[in-house]
Parts: sequence; structure tokens; C-alpha cells
Amino acid sequence: MIHKFKAKDINILLDVNSGGVHVIDDITYELLDYINLPLAKECPGEIISRLNNKYNSSDIKEAYSEIVSLYEDNLLFSRDIYGDYADTAVESPIKALCLHIAHDCNLRCKYCFASTGDFGTGRKLMPLETGKAAIDFLLEKSAGRENLEVDFFGGEPLMNFEVVKEIVRYARSKEREYGKNFRFTITTNGMLLTDDKIDFINKEMSNVVLSIDGRKEVNDRMRVRVDGSGSYDKIVDGYKRLVENRGDKEYYVRGTYTKYNLDFSEDVLHLYNTGFNQISVEPVMEDESIEYAITEKDLDKIYAEYDKLVCKIAEIKKNNGKINFFHFMIDLDQGPCVIKRLRGCGSGNEYVAVTPEGDIYPCHQFTGHEEYKMGNLHEHTFNENIKKEFAGCHVYSKPSCRDCWAKFYCSGGCNANNYIYNGDIHKAHELSCKIMRKRLECAILAKVCEQLNS
Amino acid sequence: MKHIKTINKANLSATAKKGGCGKCQASCQSACKTSCTVGNQKCANESNN
Repeated sequence: MIHKFKAKDINILLDVNSGGVHVIDDITYELLDYINLPLAKECPGEIISRLNNKYNSSDIKEAYSEIVSLYEDNLLFSRDIYGDYADTAVESPIKALCLHIAHDCNLRCKYCFASTGDFGTGRKLMPLETGKAAIDFLLEKSAGRENLEVDFFGGEPLMNFEVVKEIVRYARSKEREYGKNFRFTITTNGMLLTDDKIDFINKEMSNVVLSIDGRKEVNDRMRVRVDGSGSYDKIVDGYKRLVENRGDKEYYVRGTYTKYNLDFSEDVLHLYNTGFNQISVEPVMEDESIEYAITEKDLDKIYAEYDKLVCKIAEIKKNNGKINFFHFMIDLDQGPCVIKRLRGCGSGNEYVAVTPEGDIYPCHQFTGHEEYKMGNLHEHTFNENIKKEFAGCHVYSKPSCRDCWAKFYCSGGCNANNYIYNGDIHKAHELSCKIMRKRLECAILAKVCEQLNS
Repeated sequence: MKHIKTINKANLSATAKKGGCGKCQASCQSACKTSCTVGNQKCANESNN
């Protein structure tokens, strides 16, 4: 399978099954439309006659022979041999937890998928005992995995920060005995950040996600306090202090764009100009009946914004600025192995979420969907059948992924979105797919431009 | 080559043989939390890099 596209006057060709990326000229771009497998050694006369009103025959033959050469080297039209590996991760240990440290929040963000913090299950904080039981569960279920991840999530985890600190201490105290390395992350809205909390976070958390939507008016329209006032002024200075003191450790300022700010490249640039260079801004996912929801009609505008972002980011880098836009990160030479690429996030299989009550779900977004409750820590229950269902959910078991050129980059997308919007974890959420494919084209384009300019 | 310029040295099939060690991050933990992107991750197995 191949995928070709034109961007910024460059013709780009991706060989899907090898991951090879090529820049091709116009003849080759058109020629590829007429190629049939298996490739004949010599360019068929029919192809020449289709193209020789535009190109001369010797150029057509030359381009064809280059295609054949790559084909013979397995760099073009390479075979898909990965279906055989799809079942290899079924018995995967659990290596990551999303801890819902607080089902409560001090903001009332209008697009919150967690029903403004409590996931519709009542406002409460996670007791320390539940947090410790979650760490014990992870130690038990992680088998031979050394690197374990725990994400402190909410609601707003800083509302229960003493418990966060105690859970970190508890987990660290177990590392040597169990031969494990905990990587903690935290996602916060920044309202309760203090210097003490910043110090602890910067010491213990390998990644921090700082929620902010971009420009003040954009942020304050959606990310509001209980009294309806905006949060921007309260959070931005704390974020700056945290980042200034963080050194080289990973962080992201993370925003959501909606129909209200389809010019979201301006928000990315605003965040950069405010002093942040690790940026993730991504679309809200909502039922299209909701006023701020992204719909198919918005896609042309969204695509144009991503194109604009590619140019703006290239300009920043050309002037020796440092910026990393999460969705344009791609490693064309190495990246994750193909086995990792078959399954995406690992929800329900390698990764689960735990609520303040100790309930276990495949991920944070499944919280409250009783049919996907996997068990409870305090009752020592865990439904292996649900785990198997998620282990069997990969790009070859999702019909629309199987034939998609992007499958080894998005890895089947978000199972929760599939379930929430299509009622089935195997049914891809097409609107998300379209945005994902555009971002991937932009990411590949940006890398190609860097290579061509170097 | 005159018509085709190869940009990278990717070879996904080679990663299948050494892959699946599970040392890498769970994807959603990185930054997004609402959409998963695997292609932007790094292999965390030092012997593969």
C-alpha cells in the first residue's frame, strides 16, 4: 500500500508497510496512478501512451525503472506481514495507570468530557488507601515490565495533592523491592499551583500536562471558574514558573480547540510567544448537535490551519526558535516498533484507569460506562474477558483501519471515541480519523522539508 | 535516482523481529489524553536504538 500527497509544491510518497518516505517528481506522481502489481520489468506501453501527451517517453521509462528498483528492494509496495503479530500482545502485562485522584474540579470548563470533574458519578476525592491499592495492583499485574507509568488525573488532581504526594512516596518505596521504575505524570488546570507544588511536580513527575487553550479570550470562553469568570490570568504565571524551573524535563501546555476558535494556529503561536515551547492543541470531541462541536463542515478550515502551522513552525525554527507541536512529532527513521503500532494506547490491556471508589475502567474516558467496568480494587475483582476484548482490538480488527494508510501512525485511534460516538470500540470515529490523517501529512511534510533544507 | 529521492531509512518489518518488549510509554500518557498518537513516540529499548 502506498499513499501520495502534494503539499507546498512537494510530491510526497509514503510506502505504508515499510514506513519509507520519498519525494517524487510529477511524472512519477502521475505514473503511480497506473501501476498494477506485480510490476512488469519494463514500462507497459499502455502507461506510456497515457502519459506521453505530457511527458516524453524516455523520462516515463526512466521514472518507471526507478519505481521498479525500489519495489525490488522492498522499499515500495512492500508487503503487509504484520497481521501475524496482531495476537502477540494478548497476554500483555498492565504497565500504566490513570489515577482519578479527584472526581472534583474547581473549574467548570464547558467542553469537559468528565462532566466538569465528577464523570457524572458524584464529587469525591480518592482516599490514600485506594491509591496505595492501585499501586499494589500495578505491581502485581505488571509482571516483567520494569517501567511503570502512573498519571495523576481528575477532575483536578491538585485538589487532592497530599494524597498524590503520599502515593508517590509509597510507589517509590516499592521500586527497589519489585525492580520497577515508576514514571509519574500529572495533568492540571493550574488553579491551585503553588511554589511548593511546583517543586514537588518538577522533582517527581516525568511529564506534566498544563491545560490552557491559548489566547486569553479563547481560554476564558470555555475554561471558566464556578462563578463563570475566566481562568487565564490565574493560571498563566504559575505555568511559567513551573516551566522555568523544570529544566529539560518534559511538559506540555495542552489546549482544546472548538468551533469557536477554528483559527487555532493563533493559539499555538500565542502559547509559544507567552514562553511555552512544548505545545499540544487538539480538537474537542462532542456530539455535533452541541454548538461548539467540530463537524465535517469545519474540516477545510481546520486543514488550512494545520498547513499554516507547518509554515509558522518552520519559520520559528529557521530563526533558531525552539518549538515542539505534539501532533507534528514523528520519527521517520526509528519510532516505535510495528508491534506497538498495531494497538495504539493500550487501553484496557496495558493501561487502565482507577476511580476514587477503586473501580477499574479501560481508560479515563470509559468511566461511568458500567458495561466496561473491569472490576474493583477493594473487591479484588478484575474482568479478564474485557482485557482480552481490548487486546484483540487492533488495526486488523478494525475494518476501516485495515485499508487506511495512516494505520501504523495512529494505531487505530481512540477506542473510547469509537465507543462513545459509534457504539463499538472497533468502529473508527471518522471525523477524528480525517483530522489525524491531515496532521500526519503535515508531520511528514515538516520532516521532509527539514531534510531537504539540511 | 533522478525522479525519486528517498528521505528516510525506515524499515518497519525489521522492528517486528525485535519489537514488542513493552518498555515504551503508554501513548495517551504523553500529552493528549483525548486522542492517541503512537507514531510520534520513541522506542524506549536502548538495544534497538
